[in-house]
Amino acid sequence: MKTETEMRSVTVSTRKKRSLTKDHMLAIGFLIPSILLVGVFVYGFIGWTGYVSLSNWNSLVPDFSFVGLKNYLYLFSDFRFQADLRNTFFFTIIFILAVIVVGQFLAVLLDQKIQQESLFRNIFFFPMALSFVVTGVVWQWLLNPSTGVNLFLAKLGLDSKWYTDTTIFPAIGWGKIEFGIPIAMIAVVIAAVWQMTGFSVAMYLAGLRGVPEEVREAARMDGANEFQVYWKIIMPILRPITVSVIIIMAHISLKIFDLIYAMTGPGANFVTDVPGVYMYETTFRGNYYANGAAIAVVMLLAVAIFIVPYLWSSRKGEA
Amino acid sequence: MAIRSFTRPILYFLLIALSCFYLMPVYVMIITSLKPLEEVTLSQMWQLPTSFDFSSYSEAFTKLAPNLLNSFYLVIPATLLSALLGSLNGYVLSKWKFKGANTLFTVILFGMFIPYQSILIPLIQFLREIGLYNSIAGLVFVHVVYGIPITTLMFRNFYASIPDSMIESAKIDGAGFLGVYRFIMIPLSITGFVVVAIWQFTNIWNEFLFAVTITTSDQQPVMVALQNLSGSQIVQWNVQMAGALLAALPTLLVYIFLGKFFVKGLLAGSVKG
Repeated sequence: MKTETEMRSVTVSTRKKRSLTKDHMLAIGFLIPSILLVGVFVYGFIGWTGYVSLSNWNSLVPDFSFVGLKNYLYLFSDFRFQADLRNTFFFTIIFILAVIVVGQFLAVLLDQKIQQESLFRNIFFFPMALSFVVTGVVWQWLLNPSTGVNLFLAKLGLDSKWYTDTTIFPAIGWGKIEFGIPIAMIAVVIAAVWQMTGFSVAMYLAGLRGVPEEVREAARMDGANEFQVYWKIIMPILRPITVSVIIIMAHISLKIFDLIYAMTGPGANFVTDVPGVYMYETTFRGNYYANGAAIAVVMLLAVAIFIVPYLWSSRKGEA
Repeated sequence: MAIRSFTRPILYFLLIALSCFYLMPVYVMIITSLKPLEEVTLSQMWQLPTSFDFSSYSEAFTKLAPNLLNSFYLVIPATLLSALLGSLNGYVLSKWKFKGANTLFTVILFGMFIPYQSILIPLIQFLREIGLYNSIAGLVFVHVVYGIPITTLMFRNFYASIPDSMIESAKIDGAGFLGVYRFIMIPLSITGFVVVAIWQFTNIWNEFLFAVTITTSDQQPVMVALQNLSGSQIVQWNVQMAGALLAALPTLLVYIFLGKFFVKGLLAGSVKG
């Protein structure tokens, strides 16, 4: 807003009024290709996908005859898709909670004026530079039921089947599936958390560094112990960061594809399947384009629930 | 500042224990990749190799080399083009604001959050139509287009820190839209370009969904080829791990040498300034 008014006053006051408006036209001109590209390739294509999801195109040959919500009705009564919704639901919740808790814990540890801070920081950050495919390949082996971490756990008398476990807990009958936490998903969550906590550590660390020492000091003067300082003073200050972390992690986990595709695939009984994997397989392996488009639309809506209010509120903040 | 109730030894113990957890996959990756196949057994998984054997690297490299090259052909032009485009957009949207500019920016920004599955079917139809399906050029185009939101966001936030007064005085000296960009913005945005370039390099290198759906066999970038390694016959874990390390090396090196900028990009991409 400030810049806009400044700009206007300059426009009026300077002698080169005409050339400035010409420059403004030029500025907008440079923006137009991007606007068109985003308009067509994001919004236009979303519209087209929406249209395909209402069509009969479920074979190699495109067939755009309108069938209404048929594909959606099929999906929501489909065992695999119901399992996907359950898996995504629990994956998202456990993943976000873990990223927040572990991230904040690590950030607090790093914020204690420790020696070798940058070394430790880099150890927690570097997995973010890796691809989900690499992470998937490595963790597939680490959490392999007959190898890896299990060699240690077996010595402790624990035995886990990790991502091959088909147990659903607590397994409440719901639609065609059993509702509950798919135990196999825990393995995927561990890999995802390993890769992504660096992000929340970086965010929280930046936040912690932004809290003025006087604030903490004042609380201590009032008799707060260190735990209370963190709980009552620091945590509320970090709340906006937590909101950002939740939004960013939610959109990553709702559309996750490569990690699961590389690490476990859909799994027995689809215990580790997610909409991203289903969409890929049904569309590009099975040629069920309309079904794939319907899955994509459901994914988009799920992401939009988180993202649109977030974007809209920050837009208002700027204007 | 420090939690006083935390005694230092406990603090360092926790940090070291957690570091071990974070480094464990790297340890396993490296030792496995250096073992001859007969030593890659379940019971010996955690043991160091008895002797170094680099044959899995040569095998992984022979298999992945063409795809590594593909990835470079993809990442370099895509990164440069999307940084340039983002910089122009960021410049306009931060310094030449017009009515509705903020709303337009938000509308553009939405594009970086969408699941790409929701544009994939029309995108592939389109690429087939214009003859760019199954080509590196097609992937470059795709990454430039879908990189617009994030690069615009990063440059817009970056340029917001350049004072308007500098631009005003340049305008009074007679510089126009392009003059200001050329003589003020570009020289001041070297850091911005480095941050955006590193971010795009890492993301495009690591990207999988577009790569696996838009290209086949000899056009595929390295991540798809790596994934295919495990799909073939019996998994040779030593080769697999060597391949994973090779595929991860470029982004890992970028992180090791330019990590500061990587983290900057990370924060710039998430916190709106």
